Amino acid sequence: MELNVNGVTHAIASPPLTSLLGVLREELNVLSPKAGCLQGACGTCTVLVDGEARRSCLMPVAAVEGAEITTVEGLGTAPDGLAPLQEAFHSGYAAQCGFCTPGMLMAAHALIQRAGGPVDREQVIDALSGHICRCTGYVKIVDAVIAASGGETVVAQAPREPEGAVA
Amino acid sequence: MRGRRDIIQPDKERRVRASDTEVLIPTSAAQAVEAFGDGRGVTVFAGGTILMPEIAYGRYPAGGRTLMLERAGLDEISGDGTLKIGAMARLSMLTASGVEPLASAAGNIADIEIRAQATVGGNLCAPPGAESPRGDLQAALLAMGARVRSAGAGSEGVDSIDEFVAGAGAEPRLVLAIEVERPRRAAFLSQRRPHAHSYAVMSVACAETGDAIRVAVGGAGPRAVRLTAVERALADGSAPTQAGAKALDDVEPQDDALASAWYRRSVLPTLVTRALEQLQGG
Repeated sequence: MELNVNGVTHAIASPPLTSLLGVLREELNVLSPKAGCLQGACGTCTVLVDGEARRSCLMPVAAVEGAEITTVEGLGTAPDGLAPLQEAFHSGYAAQCGFCTPGMLMAAHALIQRAGGPVDREQVIDALSGHICRCTGYVKIVDAVIAASGGETVVAQAPREPEGAVA
Repeated sequence: MRGRRDIIQPDKERRVRASDTEVLIPTSAAQAVEAFGDGRGVTVFAGGTILMPEIAYGRYPAGGRTLMLERAGLDEISGDGTLKIGAMARLSMLTASGVEPLASAAGNIADIEIRAQATVGGNLCAPPGAESPRGDLQAALLAMGARVRSAGAGSEGVDSIDEFVAGAGAEPRLVLAIEVERPRRAAFLSQRRPHAHSYAVMSVACAETGDAIRVAVGGAGPRAVRLTAVERALADGSAPTQAGAKALDDVEPQDDALASAWYRRSVLPTLVTRALEQLQGG
């Protein structure tokens, strides 16, 4: 069995019902997709399979044999090679603990590719509806995706002084 | 798919032995039927959205054979009048088809990624879960008067959706396709919790095909049920409110992790009434 991950073809030794997530993390050491709920409900394992967002925890590797898999490592890497979407997450404070970020990035990337232009808030919320973040409250994530697509965000987030701060 | 090589030899069933189950990956419908046989000891693997968590959590049936349908060529939707939907058609394809109430029912399930992977055959055959009913398409298929083409012990055959749902689990069957007529009018309403991945607490589908309106509810019990008393009331000329009041004649709602029986009994007549009003354009 072979799998093309981020442009590199690998021979796969894992049994056919091993999840794509398991193959990526355990066999190929591709660690950006995270093992969260392992039942498709949290979204953090999301990768692109032939350009479309899929839950890698729900995909047996035999079902995606020969497909092109893209993970966050295939979008861009820090410090100098970040993709515009990753830059938007970084500059817009759209990640806190970072556990959901890989899935958010890949689902958002797929949305922007599908749309081919600026996306609006409703489209982003629909595209990310299966992705759970327990830190940021989604507002900055949605803003970052809109900004990366070339769309306009509603409110510019300015840094605030903490209340009661003494100059 | 873009970039995919032709990796399966035609006319040759691929056989890979995992540590605890033999995985068969047929490359045609005929191969799938042959490999399924009488279905004994066979786990049919469609989209995998239910079975992969079973593997992850150590609940997958050990031993036996797994029949993976990914490459069996069962994923087409074809036909103009009568629509033939391959068992492996994805929920996203049902949504894109625009054929109601199936399109709305499918679009109401989970999220974009799950809908692109989960299949109509898997959804129809999904047994009730430990915590709640599954199979959110059953009500829509019942309302449409669908026919189910399947194979198994004996021969290939076609059952009405009513027979198929009623007999589910009695004899193993491999669903090959679902056939539906495009309804003249249809409506679908669902009562659900906010999270994308929650199964619907209840869903009501109605469709007018031929001379009659069929109405069905999913989620009230382990499997979807036709509301024949509601249908008779409509046929007798009752208004939606009067017909909706008959909603509990055919179903005894159950408690589960999503909602109590009391809640379901309280909500169902209103849900049915609103679906019927939607059907009538009210």
